[in-house]
Amino acid sequence: MTDKRIHARFRLDWPGFALDVDLDLPGRGVTVLFGQSGSGKTTLLRCIAGLERAPDGQLDFDGEVWQDGGRFVPTHRRPLGYVFQEASLFPHLTVRRNLEYGRKRVPASERRVPLDQAIELLGIGHLLERRPGRLSGGERQRVGIARALAVSPRILLMDEPLAALDLKRKQEILPYLERLHEALEIPVLYVTHSPDEVAHLADHLVVLESGRALASGPLTETLARIDLPIRLGEDAGVVLDAVVVERDAEWNLACVEFAGGRFWTRDSGAELGRHVRVRILARDVSLALAAQSGTSIQNILPGTVAEIGDDSHPALALVRLQVGASPLLARLTKRSAASLGLQPGMKLWVQVKAVALIG
Amino acid sequence: MLSPGDLSAIRLTFELATVTTALLLLIGTPVAWWLARSRSWLKVPLGAVVALPLVLPPTVIGFYLLLALGPNGPLGQLTQALGLGLLPFTFWGLVVASVLYSMPFVVQPLQNAFEAIGERPLEAAATLRASPLDCFFSVVLPLARPGYLTAAILGFAHTVGEFGVVLMIGGNIPDETRVVSVQIYDHVEALEYTQAHWLSAGMLAFAFVVLLALYAFNPNRPRP
Repeated sequence: MTDKRIHARFRLDWPGFALDVDLDLPGRGVTVLFGQSGSGKTTLLRCIAGLERAPDGQLDFDGEVWQDGGRFVPTHRRPLGYVFQEASLFPHLTVRRNLEYGRKRVPASERRVPLDQAIELLGIGHLLERRPGRLSGGERQRVGIARALAVSPRILLMDEPLAALDLKRKQEILPYLERLHEALEIPVLYVTHSPDEVAHLADHLVVLESGRALASGPLTETLARIDLPIRLGEDAGVVLDAVVVERDAEWNLACVEFAGGRFWTRDSGAELGRHVRVRILARDVSLALAAQSGTSIQNILPGTVAEIGDDSHPALALVRLQVGASPLLARLTKRSAASLGLQPGMKLWVQVKAVALIG
Repeated sequence: MLSPGDLSAIRLTFELATVTTALLLLIGTPVAWWLARSRSWLKVPLGAVVALPLVLPPTVIGFYLLLALGPNGPLGQLTQALGLGLLPFTFWGLVVASVLYSMPFVVQPLQNAFEAIGERPLEAAATLRASPLDCFFSVVLPLARPGYLTAAILGFAHTVGEFGVVLMIGGNIPDETRVVSVQIYDHVEALEYTQAHWLSAGMLAFAFVVLLALYAFNPNRPRP
């Protein structure tokens, strides 16, 4: 399972747009293809699905060749599930028959996802007899996801599944996607331009710009690269996996443990032992040469300077730190960096002002 | 009221329209599909050819068909070689002429319906393991049903209403090619106005019912 890899190389030249990527993607977890509109992320996904045929391309999935030279496996023969930006349900079929449409075209021996499980996972049991026209946008998208899962795909491709929804609907669906993330054993390729969705869902991050891949790697490492202008939203920062280990009812705080230490953060109700993600923005991290007392900052951890780089403004520096096994980013002015005498390998205290608990 | 000749003409008219409509839906589907989906430069000229009967006088179509299907015409020689004999002045000659003449009335609604479906449902079907043919029958046909209804009604009604082409290619042979419109012409020629009235009023009522049905099923579709 872990050895299952996807190799995708595509070149295509359209008027005003060119795609040129050569990527090795992991065969498990959620790989997010992240970029602004026009970056080629949807085109790349469509090439992988076979909905677009790049004249020059090679695609290997789990040891199978899907495209190579003149060889091109048509979409309907690829064992994939695809979720479109607008659910694209068949309007002439009920929800149930939409779900069954793909499922009954898959040989019985290849059906591994029971229909009931897909229905239950997406919480659409009460909608089965309705027509797509009578569903809300969020419900439609959940049906679209369940329909893609019902074919028991060996890879799930999702093209901005939340982009067409308003904030409320997004928040309605995100928990389902997180459940999928935990429940699915198949790799997911997820296209988005939303930093929030990256932080919630990505295990592996591919950053695309103007049809090229700027970076591809595990989420935390990729976000912690200071040579790349990857901004989750307006600010640089990292996302770490953590577990809730303690809760302080008196102060409404929760303690999460990550590979490198512990953070106290606002308790958002996650029970003990729950796997969560925390996002730490570079602007919320400051550095001190000595352990401080008399500070309002609760989270102070020992760390090492790994790398110092330029930030978006000439006055600012971005510092990559190593805290235990985890990287963190800190933003400070170049003047403070100079007065602290920062250099790689230096040990110091990392003060984290805010830790956002996500997922 | 209606003479045996009138009844025969009515029966013949409906037979002709039914056969023509059935053939047109079969032939028109691939033609309309190609016109709706192709990106070839041939699309525009072929579209124009299909639409020609909208503009040409029926007698022109009839005249060329008569030549082509005649004993010295290419199609006439083909039908003779196939042992079908000559088609002009037969029922099947009328069918061939009607199919050509009514083609745009079937192809255009189908083409509009296919274009309205767009690319996305086809892509969704492909990601759900449906082959292109499977997708056509399970997704395109059901979604294009209003288009098929319009196409069938228009094709049928237009065939019932034709006169010039029928006269050119079919002549006026009782029980073989004498359809209602020709029968009415004969009645008027013979000054049998009562008979002409009965048939004409029947046609009027038929045309009204057809259009009523068309608008009732497709309230938003403008007349072609």
